[in-house]
Amino acid sequence: MSGTSWDFVGYIRAHPVHFLHLLGQHVELTVVSVALATALSLPLAIVASRWERFAKVATWLAGLGQTVPSLALLAFMLPFLGIGFRPSVAALAIRAVLPIFLNAYVGIRTASPAALEAARGMGASDAQRLWLVELPLASPVIMAGIQTATVQNVGIAAIAAFIGGGGLGDLILQGLQMLDPSVLLAGAVPVAMLAVAADLLLGRIRRLVVPTGLQARSG
Amino acid sequence: MHYLLANPSSVLVLTWQHLRIVGTAVFLALLIGIPTGVAITRVRWLAAPVLATAGVLYTIPSLALFAVLIPLTGLGERPAIVAVLVYSLLVIIRNTVAGIDAVEPSIREAAHGMGMTPWQRLRLVEIPLGLPVILAGIRVATVAGIGIATIAAYVGAGGLGVLIFDGIRTLNLDTVVAGALSASALALAADWAFVQLESHARRDRSRGVS
Repeated sequence: MSGTSWDFVGYIRAHPVHFLHLLGQHVELTVVSVALATALSLPLAIVASRWERFAKVATWLAGLGQTVPSLALLAFMLPFLGIGFRPSVAALAIRAVLPIFLNAYVGIRTASPAALEAARGMGASDAQRLWLVELPLASPVIMAGIQTATVQNVGIAAIAAFIGGGGLGDLILQGLQMLDPSVLLAGAVPVAMLAVAADLLLGRIRRLVVPTGLQARSG
Repeated sequence: MHYLLANPSSVLVLTWQHLRIVGTAVFLALLIGIPTGVAITRVRWLAAPVLATAGVLYTIPSLALFAVLIPLTGLGERPAIVAVLVYSLLVIIRNTVAGIDAVEPSIREAAHGMGMTPWQRLRLVEIPLGLPVILAGIRVATVAGIGIATIAAYVGAGGLGVLIFDGIRTLNLDTVVAGALSASALALAADWAFVQLESHARRDRSRGVS
């Protein structure tokens, strides 16, 4: 590999359209899968917080999806969904369920008993208690789960290139095949930066969505 | 499934390669990570920089890490071992610190009052009491390592990922599923084994045996 170029910035500059296209795909894979996983996990977490048996089964299943190697999970999609964007999103979404579900479940379960008692005393219905007390109180923990899932999925989305999912992983694979560090790093460095950026951005959003009542308490 | 039944010996060879990569890397991570974790509990100002560095390394996606490593280590087992080692370090250091920190001050004081030296306190009190948390770290590191090693087949490391990549290349779904199944089974088995060890360590702890 000696003699080849390490200048990945040069590569990106020379192929801006291609690079932006792959970057867009990467963000799309991540955002769509996390959104799907959130839409699936929140109702499951609400059910689980009221039905302990279900909570056990759901936690076990979500743990299974998280323990299975991500490449294996992507591979399992092939017989059912073929290759491309859809199987990639499906595998990524399964992978994101555990952090989001578990955080939401724990967040709802640990909503302060005093607050729940007060809500009941004020004559709040079950639905009101859920929407006005439990979910707002759990929102920082729920957001933390979404943050974890997003950062994790930015990394796994790179592997989706193996089953034709597109994204910046394409450049890494291309670079590995051509043994060209500049192409390889043109994929790898932006993926790493995207993961760090997603972590910072969602961390900031998490602090913004904290209900004012909790903000005052935590200073 | 046909593939698994037809080629049991090649699956065993690949499983062995897989375990050797993960075993070597996690073992090295323990050799480096546990002393580093203990050092952090003794020299507090080390905690922030060491954990922050390990945290940044952990955010780097594994495929990106391979990409960066290959120019340095070449192809094969080496980039796989280094990558698994890097990811394992964070978890093992963090859990060693958390395990030792969770030891109750009164117990630590009692050990001190009994005239134990700092080394004895570490070996007889802090490590045994922190063991379940440290084991939990080793479990997470091993399971994640099995996943990363699967991808490493692409850079010539061998292991069960070979089946997945061969299957994708030759469009043979049977081989793909055989690889995915055996890699998943390995990860789930490792997870289960460490959960058993952890609950064993917890039981010992609650009985006061070290």
